Amino acid sequence: MQFFGGSAAAEASPAPAAPPGTATGLAGNNANVLYVFNRNGVCLLYREWHRPLRTLDAAQDHKLMFGLLFSLRSFTAKMDPTSVEKGNLGVPLLPGQGCSFHSFRTNTYKLSFMESPSGIKLILVTHPKTSDLREALRYIYNLYVEYVVKNPLYVPGTPIKSELFNTNLDQYVKTLI
Amino acid sequence: MAAIYSLFIISKSGGLIFYKDYGSAGRMDTNDSLRLASLWHSMHAISQQLSPTVGCTGIELLQADSFDLHCFQSLTGTKFFVVCEPGTQHMESLLKVIYELYTDYVLKNPFYEMEMPIRCELFDLNLSQAIQKDRVALLGR
Repeated sequence: MQFFGGSAAAEASPAPAAPPGTATGLAGNNANVLYVFNRNGVCLLYREWHRPLRTLDAAQDHKLMFGLLFSLRSFTAKMDPTSVEKGNLGVPLLPGQGCSFHSFRTNTYKLSFMESPSGIKLILVTHPKTSDLREALRYIYNLYVEYVVKNPLYVPGTPIKSELFNTNLDQYVKTLI
Repeated sequence: MAAIYSLFIISKSGGLIFYKDYGSAGRMDTNDSLRLASLWHSMHAISQQLSPTVGCTGIELLQADSFDLHCFQSLTGTKFFVVCEPGTQHMESLLKVIYELYTDYVLKNPFYEMEMPIRCELFDLNLSQAIQKDRVALLGR
């Protein structure tokens, strides 16, 4: 499995200009929730824009989400109909190992998922009719690299409290269709 | 022509009652298919809990790197899912057809006991026809 094509990653760099569609006023209201987990299952960031229904408290919700992703990863790795050697069900997988998934859809939401080579998991929950968000997640990952990882005051593995990251994230998420 | 890899039917309590493979690489053994079925049952339930809005009925489409999984849940909680090549069309209607076949040839069979593995010749026969039909893309109605 290939993580990022070199050219695409360069295009998605958040560096100088704002992404297309920013501040045009026709902002979508599509995104519901964003989760960022590290490889140990610690929730680094939880950001919600629109979530009328809350069934669990925050900590339980994060655990359940991480558990769902973990199980779905082992499910897809075992189910993969194109490979012969699939290993055993339930064995923890390294990032990029085995067949992964990039999204699932229910009648009320769509969940898009990306895992970086270092095991950072980005989860974006949006309206079910949203198009393919792989590029968007890659862009958000680049925001994370620019504003969080490159911040000298940030201690890896701790919750993200970067104002700059949050504002840029909010701005970008508004442009998603 | 896009292909279907396999079909699973899961009872309302999460047990695998039907599994058929249509040519995926490295056939799965019985234990693994049972485990995958119950794993899917629980993930389907968890996905409803995590919904940001009310009225979620569980995962309908899972897009993995090498396959798509389309799931249909009947009103009584029986789940049907097909694993197919990414981007295969008309899978929702195929699942509806399979559900119809299930109600006609399995549920109306007086010798069939609920929640037990499906062993009905007529169901197998009509199912393979439906899947064949789909292979020649007649389901695009």
